[in-house]
Amino acid sequence: MTSLISPATSDKAAKVMLWVSASIAILTLLFILGYIVVQGLPVLTLSFLLESPRLSGAEGGILPAIVGTFCLMLVALLSAVPIGIGAAIYLAEYAPVGVVTRIISFGVECLAGIPSIVIGLFGYAFLVIYLGFGFSIISGGLALMFMILPWVVRVSEESLKAVPGGLREGSFALGATKWQTVSRVVLPSAVPSITTGVILGVGKAIGETAVIMFTAGSSLLMPTSFFDPVRALPYHLYILASEGISDPMAYGSSVVLLVMVLVINLAAVAIQRHYGRHHVRN
Amino acid sequence: MSEIEIESRNLDLWYGSAQALKKISMAMPEKKVTAIIGPSGCGKSTFIRCINRMNDLVKGCRITGELLFEGADIYGNDMDAVELRKKIGMVFQKPNPFPMSIYDNIAYGPRVHGLRNKEELDRIVEESLKASALWDEVGDLLDQSAVDLSGGQQQRLCIARTLAVKPKVILFDEPCSALDPISTAKIEDLINMLKHDYTIVIVTHNMQQAARVSDHTAFFLLGELVEFGKTKQIFELPDKKSTEDYITGRFG
Repeated sequence: MTSLISPATSDKAAKVMLWVSASIAILTLLFILGYIVVQGLPVLTLSFLLESPRLSGAEGGILPAIVGTFCLMLVALLSAVPIGIGAAIYLAEYAPVGVVTRIISFGVECLAGIPSIVIGLFGYAFLVIYLGFGFSIISGGLALMFMILPWVVRVSEESLKAVPGGLREGSFALGATKWQTVSRVVLPSAVPSITTGVILGVGKAIGETAVIMFTAGSSLLMPTSFFDPVRALPYHLYILASEGISDPMAYGSSVVLLVMVLVINLAAVAIQRHYGRHHVRN
Repeated sequence: MSEIEIESRNLDLWYGSAQALKKISMAMPEKKVTAIIGPSGCGKSTFIRCINRMNDLVKGCRITGELLFEGADIYGNDMDAVELRKKIGMVFQKPNPFPMSIYDNIAYGPRVHGLRNKEELDRIVEESLKASALWDEVGDLLDQSAVDLSGGQQQRLCIARTLAVKPKVILFDEPCSALDPISTAKIEDLINMLKHDYTIVIVTHNMQQAARVSDHTAFFLLGELVEFGKTKQIFELPDKKSTEDYITGRFG
């Protein structure tokens, strides 16, 4: 029995359809990027980057929001990385495979699944009110930490598990203890991929709005301490657009945010490239 | 007749409920090379990994019987596995250099044992690389990544790394199975040199290799020690039929 369509024809048809799918995916990206850049370009000047906003952001620049975003990321990273890597080391190297590991892993999964608005609300109740941190960089940064912690744990655990077992054996065979083996051989071998993963996590967190609007505040002033409120870039553009303050300014802020994400992703790629060579082959 | 360095008496080993070693009794003399041969799955690697307690890392592994190092029970309550491994080094089947510089690889062992003195470390690195016949090739490249070396060089680096800890015994677990013939010959030459200073136990798949490098040979089959004796005798006039069959290539 012969099919109505010849194998050669269906092969060609498949190729065309897959090409169309891929093109749509790329074009969507290019369209979004192009649209935002074109809309935002008129306001993008050096003073836009280096000045404080005036008239609620309708004029002036976005420097405090850029600084605020950086500070939030810093707090989130400084808290999430040690805790996340510590938890990952425990899960990957120490915890006996069994019920406890599964419960912890499941918990981490669940934490990853909590909607960001809920984390924001929790951050407001716990960090802002209960712990009395108020709307501040500390509150926003720690709330973001809850967001990226599961990601950091997951990425670090995978990276540690990917370190060849032969390296552990080699270290033990030289009379090294477990901690010496983990801290001097396994962790350094995993650092490049952990770093890449963490940086990509920051790329996701940087655009996070729901978490910080409840915790970091919405001050347009330049922060002077980690207990000052800030308005992060994504929230700034949300307010600019939603309250009809200035669409061009909102697009300008978007471009800056996109560039930040792009730089972060490129940094991740660069680190991966640089250290890839050191990874044990075969 | 030299002293006995390692002795196994009725050693049994189980992985869960599967018995991998059955009543192994053999004595490995000091500063001699003892080769362990046998087909895949015969327990030869399992046995050698008992000597430096590498099997501690395997879940569900249970051992009975006696295994003595310098008369002390390797599995005794007062034996510290970390201390034991300083005295009994191991070279693995797949070269496993750490992803760091050549220098740091060699200095790793002394450093984890607390040595900080730079001059002393320099001296150990040089000595170890010379003793493993690698100094001429990498003496000028100590800061290079060890991972960039060839497979054979990596394996000699792993030997140098083991020597740096100044062990008494070196266990080789199929050290050449991932190497080309020329690299293999270099490792064998090295073993012949090292046996003047170290007690060596080598597991090998390659019978010619056992015949070339060892003084004594043990033939393992299905977890049992079939025959143990002088290498010459095992290869020329084995007692047991199965030893002869294996050596002449009738199975394995």
